[in-house]
Amino acid sequence: MFEARTYCPNILPGGGFSVKIDSNGSEYRDIWVLAELVGDDIHRVTFELLGVARNLASKLSKVKNREEEVVCVVLGSGLSEESRKRLFAGYADKLIIVDDEALRVFNDNIHAAVVSRLVRKYRPEVLISGATSRGRSVMPRVAVEVETGLTADCTGLDIDEDSGLLLQTRPAYGGNIIATIKCENYRPQMSTVRPGVFKLPEADFSRTGVVVQEELTEEEKVSRLRVLEEQTIEDATVNLSDAKIIVTGGRGVKGPDGFKVIEEFARAIGGAVGASRAAVDSGWISYAHQVGQTGQTVQPKIYIACGVSGQIQHLVGMQSSDFIIAINKDSEAPIMKLADVAIVGDLFEVIPEIVKLVRRDDELKKAV
Amino acid sequence: MKIVVCIKQVPATTEVSIDPETKRLVREGVEIMMNPFDTYALEEGLLLREAHGGEVIAISMGPKRTEATLREALACGADRAILLNDRVLGGSDTFATSYALSRAIAKIGNVDLVITGKQAVDGDTAQVGPGIAAHLGWPQAAYVSRVIESDSKHLVLERMHETGYDVCSLELPGVITVLKDINSPRVPTLKGRLASRKASINIWNASAISADLTKIGLNGSPTRVVATRSPDARDKHTIILDGSPEESARELVKILKQRIKL
Repeated sequence: MFEARTYCPNILPGGGFSVKIDSNGSEYRDIWVLAELVGDDIHRVTFELLGVARNLASKLSKVKNREEEVVCVVLGSGLSEESRKRLFAGYADKLIIVDDEALRVFNDNIHAAVVSRLVRKYRPEVLISGATSRGRSVMPRVAVEVETGLTADCTGLDIDEDSGLLLQTRPAYGGNIIATIKCENYRPQMSTVRPGVFKLPEADFSRTGVVVQEELTEEEKVSRLRVLEEQTIEDATVNLSDAKIIVTGGRGVKGPDGFKVIEEFARAIGGAVGASRAAVDSGWISYAHQVGQTGQTVQPKIYIACGVSGQIQHLVGMQSSDFIIAINKDSEAPIMKLADVAIVGDLFEVIPEIVKLVRRDDELKKAV
Repeated sequence: MKIVVCIKQVPATTEVSIDPETKRLVREGVEIMMNPFDTYALEEGLLLREAHGGEVIAISMGPKRTEATLREALACGADRAILLNDRVLGGSDTFATSYALSRAIAKIGNVDLVITGKQAVDGDTAQVGPGIAAHLGWPQAAYVSRVIESDSKHLVLERMHETGYDVCSLELPGVITVLKDINSPRVPTLKGRLASRKASINIWNASAISADLTKIGLNGSPTRVVATRSPDARDKHTIILDGSPEESARELVKILKQRIKL
């Protein structure tokens, strides 16, 4: 079922750039972004990654001394002309589209089989996708099927100037460690990236590109995993990924009334309201506000965690914030160590004081 | 139903250090526990065995001290426990880890279902479950929040994603990765604990699972950690404000104003 392993070691001793070739002697090239669709629309993480891919392609082109392209792979049904335009405007040079009724409903097993086949056919240098639940289901399967390495949840991607290798950085242990990872001898170099980690680039609608149509094979249309039904949660997302300031309420908020305090705080400083999983699970606020592993990943300028203990699942959703403030009665709560400012106290007493001062302070109000 | 539950022993804390040579986590001397997601995986396996009969086999890859966590699994009711232990398995990335586990599952033979937790709380990659499925060539269902129906041939599952959920049917044999709160993990009984202390745990090395040496351990891992550092813009010195609410508020506003000036 699997081809010979794509082991392509450096032929130059001591590093330096070397062209990677597969067992047939064909070269690997280009930066691939695996698109994610949300219904008929394209997930914003795809555009964030196309922006990153553009930078990677430019740098790689310099190292390799030839044109490396950004290729966007789209699997779906009925991809509109409008969507194609947006992808080109988002810096894709080429689209590889597989458009089939069998792809109308998302099936990670089918997606993985198709992507693996396309990877073996076209030999991309790099393949990246969003670290959403979908991306994290498809990409590890592809990595094993084509026998290469995958780095999850990267917060940084760059090209090494000498070797041309993809430098993948990611946090571990609630952000206490930042690791740099390389996939030196196998191709493609694969990474997933959380939505909101990279900024959305400005679209350029003057751009255009090439479309390549690929078809599903008959085997790929069937899977031993069948999706029977799909349900979207109402009020799916509050757009926290654009927010510059987020005030999050956790278990310490104690109830829906407690969230009124959080909301007032957010209003006073021009922020959006976030919530920890504990608060959402208790029904105090809707899932749309959830920050964390199974919620949204955010990267605001200021993140204020109120009554949030800071379990890893929450931290991974907000650890890339520029400045973190935590308010908690428990000085030992995990979030207090991650925070830049840790206020030990009762949020119901501290927040009103902060709001009072902010309202009085014109300079702060203007800046915020 | 023959069920294999993949379990990982993880550090019980986020206070960690990195070995400067291998760039991997220093695991000695750190308190350990069963990966929280795996406790749910184990419980789901036990529930399915209760419904359909059969066997739950707990497996884990790790150093000798991993036995303690496998005994936890036995104490909860797993029928057998297998430890993949071999120096050459050390330093594996997710590709090599999922490969080794898949070889062990193949060796166990006639397995209907593999259950893993969604991810391990130390690596946080969520890659090993799908990796095992791919190595075995089996279908997968990740992010499972509920097993709705089950029989010896297939499972009907609810899976979560960011904007909702889906209901899917998985034809066995297959692999599922489970979320927290899919069930309520049982606590080991006293009887279970006593039995687990006496139980023997199979220890399999690389040759026992006929592992391809180019696919295991540090050398068989396509990805490698080449550098580690403390977080960048994050000043490790947390400013702690523990005075009265008024004082803390005043200090905070002062800090914010300074920050804005920068």
